[in-house]
Amino acid sequence: MMPDKKTKIIKEIKVNINNCTGCRSCEMACSAFHAVPKYSSINPNRARIRVFMDELRDQYVPIRAGGYIQAECNGRNLYVIDEKEYSECAFCPASCPSRDYFKEPDSGLPLKCDMCEDYPPLEKPMCVDACKFEALTYEEREEEVLIDDTGHHDMEAAFKLLVKRYGKKKVMETFSRMSGE
Amino acid sequence: MRYSETGINLEIDLTRGNIEKVETDPKDTELFLGGQGTAAKIIFERVPADCDAFSPDNLLIFSAGLLHATPVPAANRVAVNTISPQTNLMAHSLMGGFFGPEMKHAGYDKIILRGKAPKLSYIYINNDTVEIRDAAHLAGKGCTETGDLLKKELKDDKVQVVAIGLAGENRVYTASMDHGHSSAARGPGPVMGDKKIKAIAVRGTKDINIASPKELFEICTAVHKKIAQSDGCGDWMAVDEDDSFHHNNFAWGNARTRRRGFWSDELEERWKNLKYDHMDRQTSCYNCPKKCRNVIKWPGKKRFGYKCYGKDTYHMAAFKELDFTYEILGIAQEYGLDSYSTPQVFAFAVELYEAGILTDKDLPDFPEDSGDRFFYLMEKVVRREGIGDILADGVWHAARKIGNGAEKYDHNTTKKFEQLPIKLGKLNPPYFLMIATGEKMAITQIEGSFPQDPLPTMEERRKFIEQWEAVPDDRFIKYFMEWEKRNDISNEASCAITDWNEAMHYIDDSIGLCGFVSSFRGQFAGEGGIGFHMNNIPEILTLATGINFDRAKLWKCFQRIRNLVRAVNNKRGLRREHERPPEDHWAVRDEDFEQNLLDDYYAFKGWTKEGIPAKETLEYLDLDFVSREFIKTGILTGEEKVPPPVTTVNNPPEIEEEAAA
Repeated sequence: MMPDKKTKIIKEIKVNINNCTGCRSCEMACSAFHAVPKYSSINPNRARIRVFMDELRDQYVPIRAGGYIQAECNGRNLYVIDEKEYSECAFCPASCPSRDYFKEPDSGLPLKCDMCEDYPPLEKPMCVDACKFEALTYEEREEEVLIDDTGHHDMEAAFKLLVKRYGKKKVMETFSRMSGE
Repeated sequence: MRYSETGINLEIDLTRGNIEKVETDPKDTELFLGGQGTAAKIIFERVPADCDAFSPDNLLIFSAGLLHATPVPAANRVAVNTISPQTNLMAHSLMGGFFGPEMKHAGYDKIILRGKAPKLSYIYINNDTVEIRDAAHLAGKGCTETGDLLKKELKDDKVQVVAIGLAGENRVYTASMDHGHSSAARGPGPVMGDKKIKAIAVRGTKDINIASPKELFEICTAVHKKIAQSDGCGDWMAVDEDDSFHHNNFAWGNARTRRRGFWSDELEERWKNLKYDHMDRQTSCYNCPKKCRNVIKWPGKKRFGYKCYGKDTYHMAAFKELDFTYEILGIAQEYGLDSYSTPQVFAFAVELYEAGILTDKDLPDFPEDSGDRFFYLMEKVVRREGIGDILADGVWHAARKIGNGAEKYDHNTTKKFEQLPIKLGKLNPPYFLMIATGEKMAITQIEGSFPQDPLPTMEERRKFIEQWEAVPDDRFIKYFMEWEKRNDISNEASCAITDWNEAMHYIDDSIGLCGFVSSFRGQFAGEGGIGFHMNNIPEILTLATGINFDRAKLWKCFQRIRNLVRAVNNKRGLRREHERPPEDHWAVRDEDFEQNLLDDYYAFKGWTKEGIPAKETLEYLDLDFVSREFIKTGILTGEEKVPPPVTTVNNPPEIEEEAAA
């Protein structure tokens, strides 16, 4: 069975590193919005966006917290853009063991950008609103995506995980036993 | 619960290696705010009158402002205070960047250093962990280089570092301390070197409590936006390439030669290209929507940043062009030299050489070219080598050590400190008062609230006052409306204007705001408005701290801090005789008029004829501890009978009625 096509709104924060001045207003605004209760604390260490900054090498890269990964990368790339060197980490949104970005300072739990989901919805995420230099801009666009409501996709993912952990044979055995019940 | 501050000072005894976290008295916040205000109290109480700048008893205090680490935009300037070896008075120094908010997040309002480390060390602060560490490997390293090395060593690119360079290590009096592309000058650099502290690295992740967070955040969002959009905020020199003002009007060389008509369209175009061809970007300080620092990558040199008039000082002192400043500034910044006073010291040495007072014996192989001479002198000064050892003490001290007529060439210092190189015709009364009595050592740290020039027509004046949001009292509107000629202004107005100008800087430097969005900008109306002034700071402070501030109370805080800083200096010998702008600052002088004006200003301030706050004034400002000490030590008799100070800013009647009810 083919999944249906539907339109979905894709939220996008565009980062122009040439426009970043390193003011870190984005960090401040983000941490305020996500504080509980809202605006009760201003602490960049709780922000889900950080400006990777190196004044000596003229690197200013706002990065937004993505997913959590258990292990650090086993090799790194080095990017040279306009004669400036950027490490791979400069662009990486992961909360990972190799640096202390995107971790709650008290609990160490990973932080992740949620595009400032709120009710009623904000016009744009707080970090974009705080950025007065257009280093961060916000766009919403509609995209046709395949919507799979058959459940096949989820089940496949679950099986893959089980296979990875217990091996194909055991999973099949269990499945056969269950189908006989 | 403490709001808007940590309530903790970090006290480090470098001699013994003792580290203590000391809770502060919340009452001091209400009286002295924070930053330079509370630092002045500590210096008054703890640094003895006869304590030399290089004594272990001298304190070196880094103060975050009361509003640092709150959502208040452009609150990031750290006050660094100590006793300056150059002036033997309280040093007033400020730096922007990120250090202050980071200190607060680490849990400290102040870092107070006393004693001396036995060997070159650095201090590492990571929240509750505070260590004094060996810095042998950092000896002789540049300021930003040290910051970079420490970030690597500590494996933390978010650590904020303030460091001295070779100049500070060698106790050069004009040494600065640098934090990235921000620096703090006017005194503390050599003291940090004397205490053998190469750097302080701080990292903090704690929260700061805000009394009314939601309300404060809303106001701050609006102010942030306003500052961003306003042409009246930030440093115009970052965007305006027409710099004819400084080049045509300021004095070149050793504050000597005005070059009217120097600026031209051709020059402007050429310099503009020079700047933009080599500029990587313009950068901001923490949570400020302005970008005042120009970051330059000059071929073969380390990247450096400058702001404002800092781009002019070297080439104007050396009679060169902008490319010379770009050649030298990056190196000078790595050595950690203040770019305001240092070029004057070099120009002074060049003059002495040309006058035959310094000879080839003092300056062997002295180059021909003025630019080469500056590089030569810089190397001697930062190492205190040969004549450099004498020049390193600044113009005033060097002139007296060199003698042989050199004193005559020291013509631009007040209270032993190099002033801006401005030489004008007619005396400007408020400027006379600000330069004479200023305790922040540089006019740029005092001026800014009242306009510098009158407007020609009544209509223009009316239009101006309609949009003049910073004005704190109707009397200033009256002065402005009646003002015809720049130099023709009543003593009463001069005193009040000076007082207001001072007020904004004393408040900014205690709560940590940047002058470019506050104290420097009150003089403008319209143009998109300014960030902060007497009419909105009280509410912001109240929401942040939970202490009720109103205009009258805040004004009294200013008066209290101003008088306390004065008292620190009176205790160290500052008297009326020292309050003299450079003799040639104006061509036309009138001693009687000036002394009369000074009398009026002292009376306005509630000070004695010697410029000392009288007993009544001190008691009115809750500074009884000062008056007690002054009477005990004979600085005051207590019988001076001086009326208390004039207070120009009061609350509107409705607030007073409310308070009474």
